[in-house]
Amino acid sequence: MRYEAPGTTKEAAALLEKEKGSVHVLAGGTDLIVRMRLGLVEPDLIVDIKHIPTMQAITASASGTRIGAAVCNARLGENKALKKAWPGVVEAANLIGSDQVQSRSTIAGNLCNASPAADSVPALIAAGAKAIVVSKNKRRTVAVEKIVSGPGQTSLARGEVVEAITLPKRPARSGDAYLRLTPRTEMDIAVVGAGVSLTLERGVVKTARVALGAVAPTAILVPAAARAIIGTKLDDAALDKLAAACSAKCDPITDKRGTIEYRTKVAGVLGKRAAKIAFQRAGGVL
Amino acid sequence: MSGVHVSTTINGDPVEFACPQDETLINSLRDRVGLTGVKEGCGTGDCGACSVTLDGRLVCSCLVLSAEVNGKEIATVEGMVEDGKLHPLQQQFIEHAALQCGICTPGILVAAKVLLERNPNPSEEEIRYALAGNLCRCTGYDKIVRAVQAAGKEMRKKSR
Ligand SMILES: Cc1cc2nc3c(=O)[nH]c(=O)nc-3n(C[C@H](O)[C@H](O)[C@H](O)COP(=O)(O)OP(=O)(O)OC[C@H]3O[C@@H](n4cnc5c(N)ncnc54)[C@H](O)[C@@H]3O)c2cc1C
Ligand code: FES
Ligand code: FES
Repeated sequence: MRYEAPGTTKEAAALLEKEKGSVHVLAGGTDLIVRMRLGLVEPDLIVDIKHIPTMQAITASASGTRIGAAVCNARLGENKALKKAWPGVVEAANLIGSDQVQSRSTIAGNLCNASPAADSVPALIAAGAKAIVVSKNKRRTVAVEKIVSGPGQTSLARGEVVEAITLPKRPARSGDAYLRLTPRTEMDIAVVGAGVSLTLERGVVKTARVALGAVAPTAILVPAAARAIIGTKLDDAALDKLAAACSAKCDPITDKRGTIEYRTKVAGVLGKRAAKIAFQRAGGVL
Repeated sequence: MSGVHVSTTINGDPVEFACPQDETLINSLRDRVGLTGVKEGCGTGDCGACSVTLDGRLVCSCLVLSAEVNGKEIATVEGMVEDGKLHPLQQQFIEHAALQCGICTPGILVAAKVLLERNPNPSEEEIRYALAGNLCRCTGYDKIVRAVQAAGKEMRKKSR
């Protein structure tokens, strides 16, 4: 195995393009190095992106916030402006593993690892986040929900690397939230995860996005759940409709953490609770 | 496959070694540098017995490639003793009998040191959250929490 630590995205893309064998991008390594250790992958080349300054930066501009693909999750929690604008995204990212895992893991890695239960992904989908995907000759911007195509599978082509995740500019009176259910409070895999992001106008939900994790082969956007609360003050009838829409969209599996029936039911409950938190964070009164 | 030359700082001292490019830091620390305080419990990031700091941040050394630490600063449990004196955390772990087999202890000491440097007066809940990435199969954690609280108290007194 060869280890390379390029200093620019361009060099990283060139290395990925040139290698003929098995090649893997290394961000925090909290999935990749585990998989190497378990013998599930045997890379010929590892391209460490942590020495690329644009991938290590969190930058805010008129168009929104850009989080470099190598920024570790602990840094998201330490960034006050980001936490204020996107508390749901940050709480989801900060749920990933222990402090040890937080020091290394990234949201881009969480996304590209493509686990159906990845915690930051529903929050990012709800937030309307996009991935900036770069290869040797091309740069494209893709909605986060288009990146994961199945368990452990992404739509990234060979040679492509995610350079950053972008979050749109936040209008006033907006809020987001992420909740997950796990048997333990820490260090566990989500049975269900729910992310909600919304914006209010005169106390009424004007726009909303609802996303679920761990209840289908990939994290999913649930437009019907958003429609159920748009135009409402999040009254009980709207919340019940949101819950029903969440449960209706579930296509989960039964495993030791939960049955199909349990996951389907909990998806509605968590969707509701996350919507209430997002609503209150946006300044709404329940 | 050619190896990699790593030049790093460990517990304040410059250290150089060569290793295969896919070697993990835990193995280099134990087998090449001779720092056997880092323990391998799981090798997959779950137990925290291999905890060290990398440029000040707490990491599992089983989930770091040695090639990554070139030019970086590492601290291990071996660096906690100062001028031949045990760190307050080490002293309090002994006084509270906060260990039995001791496999988890070096990692917990390193993690607790990071916690107390960031938050000198953590609540019991904060201690339990901060140490959630460090598993102990012997003590039941209560003595560990009490030892960390006592060490925090002692360190606060000293810095006053
Ligand atoms: C103890 C432990 C606890 C955990 N707990 C949780 C948890 O609670 N919730 C959760 O969701 N996950 C959890 N995880 C899984 C893991 O920590 C997360 O998925 C993490 O976000 C992965 O990020 P990383 O930067 O470490 O990814 P890496 O391991 O570096 O990469 C993961 C995959 O994505 C690819 N990749 C990484 N970055 C890019 C990029 N920029 N462009 C293209 N491809 C890329 C890699 O090649 C690899 O295939 C846990 C892991 C451990 C070891
Ligand atoms: S040996 Fe590294 S976390 Fe268990
Ligand atoms: S003392 Fe034995 S594992 Fe903690």
